[in-house]
Amino acid sequence: MEQFFQQIINGISLGSIYALIALGYTMVYGIIKLINFAHGDVYMVGAYIGYFCMTSFHMGFLPSLFIAMTFCVILGVAIEKIAYKPLRNATRIAVLITAIGVSLFIEYGTMFFVKADVRSYPPLTGLLVKSFKLGDIVITMQQLLIVGITVILMVLLQFIVKRTRIGKAMRAVSLDKEAAELMGINVNTTISFTFVLGSALAGAAGVLVGIYYNSINPLMGIMPGLKAFVAAVFGGIGIIPGAMIGGYFIGTLEVMVSGYGNSMFRDAVVFAVLILILIVKPSGLLGKETREKV
Amino acid sequence: MLEITDLNVHFGVIHAIKGISIKVNEGEIVTLIGANGAGKTTTLRTVSGLKKLSSGTITLNGMDITHSSAQDRVKMGISHVPEGRRIFSTMTVLENLELGAYLRRDKSEIAKDLSMVYERFPILADRKKQAAGTLSGGEQQMLAMGRALMSRPKLLCLDEPSMGLAPLLVQEIFDIIRDINEKGTTILLVEQNASMALQIANRAYVMETGSITLTGTGAELMQSDDIKKAYLGG
Ligand SMILES: Nc1ncnc2c1ncn2[C@@H]1O[C@H](COP(=O)(O)OP(=O)(O)OP(=O)(O)O)[C@@H](O)[C@H]1O
Ligand SMILES: [Mg+2]
Repeated sequence: MEQFFQQIINGISLGSIYALIALGYTMVYGIIKLINFAHGDVYMVGAYIGYFCMTSFHMGFLPSLFIAMTFCVILGVAIEKIAYKPLRNATRIAVLITAIGVSLFIEYGTMFFVKADVRSYPPLTGLLVKSFKLGDIVITMQQLLIVGITVILMVLLQFIVKRTRIGKAMRAVSLDKEAAELMGINVNTTISFTFVLGSALAGAAGVLVGIYYNSINPLMGIMPGLKAFVAAVFGGIGIIPGAMIGGYFIGTLEVMVSGYGNSMFRDAVVFAVLILILIVKPSGLLGKETREKV
Repeated sequence: MLEITDLNVHFGVIHAIKGISIKVNEGEIVTLIGANGAGKTTTLRTVSGLKKLSSGTITLNGMDITHSSAQDRVKMGISHVPEGRRIFSTMTVLENLELGAYLRRDKSEIAKDLSMVYERFPILADRKKQAAGTLSGGEQQMLAMGRALMSRPKLLCLDEPSMGLAPLLVQEIFDIIRDINEKGTTILLVEQNASMALQIANRAYVMETGSITLTGTGAELMQSDDIKKAYLGG
């Protein structure tokens, strides 16, 4: 039983990372119906920026997190403006191929600058190395930090999307672009803002994964990117709470499979979930079959 | 107020609007009637800036808005209730109305207009926390009109507001349109329900396959034999 709870704790930590990335996928899909394959790479860049802040500039965790998020925001908006915006009226396949191109460009561009080697995040100090026990279950401060930061960011995101003017514009644009235009909403600005939010979350996830798993490399975004995508589909692509639930589900599932089964299978199981979802309920857990009144 | 001159619109090679000119004076209700595919919706979409024109000019109160963005046109006082209502279905009734006032910052005036809309459409007040997609067709039409009024338009463009509604409700919607007009909003009304539209309109344009074939006052057109045959069922 203790082992089970321990796995849950680990699963929630990993799930937080997936959830943060999945949110970016789902919001961008919701607004421009694009699977932004470069999103996992924005997360990777976030991890590197955090790394350089902590090692080269000896900054603390929070400033590093903030700078990584800011940098990713700039990167995400640049990707949107340069690569996707000119293709607004192009076929979806053209945009999808572009997204894959952008992804490869960022991966190998980063490799050019930082080399392909795996790098280690600096060891944590002070409070962050502590851990405590609940019975036989160990909870580390890192895990608390990851979950805590994730929850704060999610609450903030929900607030922005539900309560602010730009958040309402985002929802309106994702529901009906033309009707949104008729309200006087600037659709392009709103799309850019969606990339701002998604990229900030991805940047945060990058730094958090750096302190959790320690090692980073230029291709580290591929697998978590795909899994976060599965998480978004699982929850219902385009639906924000769906991405959160999906992220935690996939994270926990993966940890359980490694813990009780065979860690060789953990990736396979995640993608089996994708296939299963697409067969059983393609609209995802929270997705609805949309009906329209006439 | 609104002046469309020599408007041409294409969809690829399809020449949908063929050099039409329409004028709407301040305070009027002007209606645009015609059969399916005549180009009524396309004309309205060009007025609100959703569709790019190929040639011609559009002016609002003497200002050239031919190349203005949809956003700027809302700012200048054009509001468009699109065909099929296009409400934001998963957002609440209140959120839909708030979006209608998206470009405005005058909080207290917005609140006034909100109560004005609730007064005009009491059902919306009862349903303000409800998802807009759960409203009935008639209620959705009211929401779409209320949402358009929230921008305090000078010119309200309505695309087939009576579509799919029961006769009693159609009457109610037309009464509301007339009332909105009497309170000072100029109206450009696209309708297939020609008899109702001609009854409330000051002037009317008849459109056929992209051209204006007839124009006159509402009363004149109601007496016209061509119109009777083609649109009024005898
Ligand atoms: N997006 C589009 N792509 C291609 N052709 C279009 C498009 N929208 C409209 N058309 C064409 O333009 C012409 C005018 O269409 P429009 O929708 O303006 O007609 P309408 O008068 O509003 O008809 P209805 O009464 O059925 O609403 C039609 O021939 C239509 O097929
Ligand atoms: Mg039409």
